[in-house]
Amino acid sequence: MKGIVGKKLGMTQLFDPESGVVTSVTVIEAGPCPVVHVRKPETDGYEAIQLAFEPVAERKITKGELGHLRKTGAGAHRHLVEFRGPSELASGDTVTVAIFQPGDKIKVSGISIGKGYQGTIKRHNFASGPKSHGSHNVRKPGSIGASAWPSRVMKGMKMAGRMGGKRATQVGLTVHEVDAEQNVIMVKGAVPGPKNGIVEIREEAR
Amino acid sequence: MNKIIDQIEQRQLRHELPQFKAGDSVRVHFKVIEGQRQRIQVFEGVVLKRQGAGVRETFTVRKSSFGVGVERTFPLHSPKIDKIDVISIGDVNRAKLYYLRGKIGKKARVRAKRDQVTKTPKAAAAASPEPEDLQPETVEPESVEPEAAEPESVEPTDEAAPESAEPSSEPAEDSEPAEDAAK
Repeated sequence: MKGIVGKKLGMTQLFDPESGVVTSVTVIEAGPCPVVHVRKPETDGYEAIQLAFEPVAERKITKGELGHLRKTGAGAHRHLVEFRGPSELASGDTVTVAIFQPGDKIKVSGISIGKGYQGTIKRHNFASGPKSHGSHNVRKPGSIGASAWPSRVMKGMKMAGRMGGKRATQVGLTVHEVDAEQNVIMVKGAVPGPKNGIVEIREEAR
Repeated sequence: MNKIIDQIEQRQLRHELPQFKAGDSVRVHFKVIEGQRQRIQVFEGVVLKRQGAGVRETFTVRKSSFGVGVERTFPLHSPKIDKIDVISIGDVNRAKLYYLRGKIGKKARVRAKRDQVTKTPKAAAAASPEPEDLQPETVEPESVEPEAAEPESVEPTDEAAPESAEPSSEPAEDSEPAEDAAK
């Protein structure tokens, strides 16, 4: 499994020098990520590699984290992320953006932008009621269940509540450009999360 | 803005393009790719607005083609823009000239700034009284349908020659209203 951890810097657009076609890209500063741990089926029950990202002062992380990171000589890093799947990498290796080539299919996960307490129209794409002709049912959710049976609201009923701020994965993205010198990867399209949010980039199986 | 994104945008900017603003009359030489061949298409008119910033900046040019208003928006830093000629500098009090959309004929014109017009070289002096307008003679037939296949391959120099010749024949009829407007 190819994967890397990065920080979303924001979006911009790129011109193709020949055709003049404009591509909207998300700029992600990713890696270099030291491999700090390798999960094996014998000991852990599954295969994965653990990557560290964003070097940080030693006083800013706990001693437990620091001890774990020091085992492979990685030094203090703010984030630890596991990437499931078989990998030839060993502890002490470093993953850079060079593992991705322009045109690679990827998926990107991050914590989506928090939108606060939202109604059903924004949160679950409910339709709004008529705004005129004396209607009071403009943004109301409508019926949430029947009376005699079940005499309660069914579990999982779509209602208003906190929206966003949850882990989200955008699939079907492609790598547009890779700048190995600056550790920058440009992804065609938008990825979840705010600017400066931490995102995980994985290769897509299909 | 983030430094890295700023760098990415900076290296795409085209600094060689001339300065112009809303109200100026411009001639945009736009590269059109037809199959294998590439030719230059000229779109001439008044700049209606410039909007956006950095590499995302665009500008909209409005002209009247056979009595029908045609607006076209170009990305300012697009590599497909061959060059932009500023024909005249407009004397306007707005950054967005949306009011031109409702006007036709003489009212749809933008006055040229007198002192600066003389500074602009070549055909500009001759073309200054009439910024873009309704004269069917000045209209480029090819620009009506931007994607229409044109048999002849137009070189930029060929394109410029007949066009500069045409406006020069017209100031006689057009200079009078312009002076009226100036008063």
